[in-house]
Amino acid sequence: MSDAGRIVASSGRPDPDALLASLKRDERRAIRGRLKVFFGMCPGVGKTYAMLRAAQLEGRGGIDLVVGVVETHGRQETEALLTGLSVIPRREVELSGIRVTEMDLEAILQRRPRLVLVDELAHTNAPGSRHPKRYQDVVELLDWGIDVFTTLNVQHLESRADAVRQITGAPVHETVPDSVFELVDQIELIDVTPEALRGRLAEGKVYLGDRAAVAAEHFFRDTNLTALRELALRFVAERVDKRLRELRATTLLKTVWRSGERLLVAVGPSPSSTQLVRWTRRMAAAQGASWVAVSVEASRPLEPDALRRLEKNLALARELGAEVVVTHDDVVANALVRVALQNNATQIVVGKSRSPRWFDALRGGSLIDRLLRISGPIDIYVVPAERTEGTSSTWFDWRPVAPSPAREYAEVLGVLAALTAAFWFLTPATGYLAVGMLYLLAVIVLSLRVGRGPVILAGAFSAVIWDFLFIPPLFTFYIAKLEDGVLFITYFVVSLIAGHLTARVRAQQRNERMREDRATALFHLTQALSAAGTLDDAVFGALRQADALFAAQSALLLGSESQPGLTPHFAGSFTLSQKEQGVADWAWRNRKNAGRFSDTLPGSEGFYVPLVREGAAIGVLAVRVPPEAVLTLAQRDLVESFAAQLALFVERESLRAAGEREKLLAESEKLHRALLDGVSHELKTPLAVLATAADSIATADEPTRLALVGEIRTATRRLIRLVTNLLDQTRLESGALRPRLDWCDAHDLVNSAVEGVRDSLAGHPFEVAVPAELPLFRADAALMEQVIANLLLNAALHTPEATPIFLTAGVDGARARVFFTVADRGPGFPMAMRERLFQKFQRGDAAHAGGLGLGLSIIRGFVEAQGGDIVVGENPGGGAVFTVYLPYAPHGRVPTE
Amino acid sequence: MSESARPLDVLIIDDEVQIRRLLRLTLESAGYRVREAENGTLGLNEAAVRRPDAVILDLSLPDLGGLEVLRRLREWSQIPVLILSVRGAETDKIAALDAGADDYLTKPFGGGELLARVRVMLRRAQPSGEASIVRFGDVEVDFTQRIVTRAGADIHLTVKEYALLRLLLQHRGKVITHRQLLRDVWGPGHEEDTHYLRVHMVSLRKKIESTPEQPKFLRTESGVGYRFTDA
Repeated sequence: MSDAGRIVASSGRPDPDALLASLKRDERRAIRGRLKVFFGMCPGVGKTYAMLRAAQLEGRGGIDLVVGVVETHGRQETEALLTGLSVIPRREVELSGIRVTEMDLEAILQRRPRLVLVDELAHTNAPGSRHPKRYQDVVELLDWGIDVFTTLNVQHLESRADAVRQITGAPVHETVPDSVFELVDQIELIDVTPEALRGRLAEGKVYLGDRAAVAAEHFFRDTNLTALRELALRFVAERVDKRLRELRATTLLKTVWRSGERLLVAVGPSPSSTQLVRWTRRMAAAQGASWVAVSVEASRPLEPDALRRLEKNLALARELGAEVVVTHDDVVANALVRVALQNNATQIVVGKSRSPRWFDALRGGSLIDRLLRISGPIDIYVVPAERTEGTSSTWFDWRPVAPSPAREYAEVLGVLAALTAAFWFLTPATGYLAVGMLYLLAVIVLSLRVGRGPVILAGAFSAVIWDFLFIPPLFTFYIAKLEDGVLFITYFVVSLIAGHLTARVRAQQRNERMREDRATALFHLTQALSAAGTLDDAVFGALRQADALFAAQSALLLGSESQPGLTPHFAGSFTLSQKEQGVADWAWRNRKNAGRFSDTLPGSEGFYVPLVREGAAIGVLAVRVPPEAVLTLAQRDLVESFAAQLALFVERESLRAAGEREKLLAESEKLHRALLDGVSHELKTPLAVLATAADSIATADEPTRLALVGEIRTATRRLIRLVTNLLDQTRLESGALRPRLDWCDAHDLVNSAVEGVRDSLAGHPFEVAVPAELPLFRADAALMEQVIANLLLNAALHTPEATPIFLTAGVDGARARVFFTVADRGPGFPMAMRERLFQKFQRGDAAHAGGLGLGLSIIRGFVEAQGGDIVVGENPGGGAVFTVYLPYAPHGRVPTE
Repeated sequence: MSESARPLDVLIIDDEVQIRRLLRLTLESAGYRVREAENGTLGLNEAAVRRPDAVILDLSLPDLGGLEVLRRLREWSQIPVLILSVRGAETDKIAALDAGADDYLTKPFGGGELLARVRVMLRRAQPSGEASIVRFGDVEVDFTQRIVTRAGADIHLTVKEYALLRLLLQHRGKVITHRQLLRDVWGPGHEEDTHYLRVHMVSLRKKIESTPEQPKFLRTESGVGYRFTDA
């Protein structure tokens, strides 16, 4: 039990470090384990026995199985079945002096068996355990790929709990959400007849716990047992039916809602709402429909107690598979219809009102009346609510909407005092009735400025003053005349109603503003995200917004491909301790909310929401509010919306990045292919010529031999050009090219260049126009010679035979540059092609003479290496012009002698 | 080539057997006697023992490196040396010329060109007596009187132009690097002032070439230097 001692400190509170250590398991999650439930109608039917029998069979099959927890309740037949099974010792927890034992989840996870027996799925764990409920432990076991056998009674099913209570009259404390059954792979119904069960009860074979024998007697009545049995049978039958439907749906390769129905249930804090939720879930399941649970937050804040109950109801709805929507409105009916229309709901489920009829009438009809009036085509179901002890009647609540500050009370009293003084001198002229009207006017004006409390005070106080100081007989509260009495009472009621109404209008405005704020927050977030150029910008913007909106510190942790675990984004304002990082990790790995305000490790500082896309968590949004502050339900909802938006953005960004990487790769692959194709073709052709010519030359006659020698020369030139180009390109790309700039004479350059390519230019009329007095300029002579030679060669190769080629040079003194142009009368280049021309492996469309398409790319490389520039343009009159520019500066003085 | 009784010896120092074979074929067909060495050390030994009339030296050798072989050779011998190099290695080429190589050829080269270079090199090495008058085209240079005439008319050359012309003429056919020219004509410390050289070369060409933009005699070796040629 050393493990247990480590996990739970002696105070009974969880030791967070130990818990975290247990959470930080780096093992990868295997496929989900299989869950088998031994299901019965009530205690004593033999579920545990059946489970152990099954386990013995499995154990014989050689499967590695352990007993996580089994309650034998001292029954010998059951205990006998435990022999031979390895039992994980339970951990002990001391709870206010009482020692209880709990299943040691951590030890089981360490042990990693193939199969675990976990009795009593509905069990509630001792406080301080990792999960409040045992079924949550089971879910985690399944998540780790461990198979689980467990037992459950029908009364512990969330959706059946009410029915059982109505049947047996006994409250059900421990329940399991029906959603757990989504994980169940196999149900084994353990069925006995009521008679047999009663027989076993009489033999003392049924464990009744601490229940009083009388209650047990009541519980095990024949009628009860028959009803429970029916309930259990029906549940299993429904499950089978659902299985069939699923099977059909998958075989038809499409899912069809049987009815296209969608239910909407109004959820409030009252316990009757719990029943409503379960009722709706049953309806939805029966119809094969989806359902929405709506909570309408009125302007009046709920008491903490009620808020807790509301959250519990909503959590229940969520567990039962509902989509939960929280909205604001003072008029519940309006809110329900609005949400129903937004969600395409076809049926609205509400509880039967228990407010007095006259009150409903005063308020413009009950919720149901209103709903019926405005719901249009939507069906309304009214479900009778069962009276539950402990709920106060909440039809009218005198608590103030928001406590009005003392300042407002003082203001009211001050104004009334001043007015009273003024009226004292006014009465002789106007009479006391006018004063009453003026008081009323004052109260109504005040109600526009102050809260409900002060307005009601103003109404009452002014009424009293009016009575005491103005209504005869003066200085008494006694009212002599009947009409004065009627006036006084009317005044009193009118001022109260006025105060109440204005307060409501103001509260509605505030709600409107809250809704607005929420929408605005999301809008700003979306905007910030779409405007952000980079992921970092987006995260920074989103986190700053979260900080401001929740008055909190926030952080974003992202998973990455390159390293395991979460990495905090630098823009976070909340630096996670190692402990908190562990909580974030849990949220990430389990794709569930964790930390404060959640079911997992609620003792943490931060609230952690995973960023989930396509079933995978890509990160975690962490929000930390000061310990004294809380995140309301609506705010947590907003945090989740933030996380969802961020997840969307992060995913989009990573997809984009991946896409770009892909594109780059494809591009470089394309280049490689082009190079390989080009080089092999370009090498093969002249090599083939050489090989053939060499073979033939030995036996050829004299004229043929000369012709062959010519061929060999051409092929060799071509090979030389190719290899030179490849080497130059390599030199350029490797950065090995270091131009040696020196003073050059344009004539010298042109002469050397032309000499090198004279043979190739033979087919073209060639004109050189270089001014005699061209000054010297700085360049790398060898590179420039090659540039000019290659441009000439290009022109010769890519223009038709006998079309002229022009070479000119000059100085553009104003712009401090020298230029060389090579012009031809060939086809020229379309505009669209001109920029591409200087890229690698770009070959002219009409490139018949072969070549790798490296020539121009090398030329540009050489020119740029010398600080120059090359452009291609159109030759007036047809053809292309290449112009090379080099920087020009006059040289220093040359001594004449 | 002179009709001497003894065929001239050429030593090839190159590590590529195919190049050696090709050079041997070319040179032997032109009447030379050829010796081969496959690395620098062997080449130096061969040169010391056989005393060849010319050396063809590849700059990229596996052991010593062509430049080093040239330097050691020049410590004791003035035999003409033709350098073989690849394009793009201008710096090596200039270094070799500065270190005393007589000429260079860039691979790949034609057989005819090789023979021409070897011929010029060997002729220059032949003691032919210091001619006091040199003629080329319609130009006549009288070294003793320092008079230059063109088509019979006197041409006035500046001191530097005359010095340049004389230097190039004294090494007819040989490439003189910019450095060598600048040091000889302008003196040490002016080796980088190539614009002096360019400017004076332009005016010198104007005075003695018939088409100065396309000179016949005073040829530019791009990025390396100048060469006087009348072949």
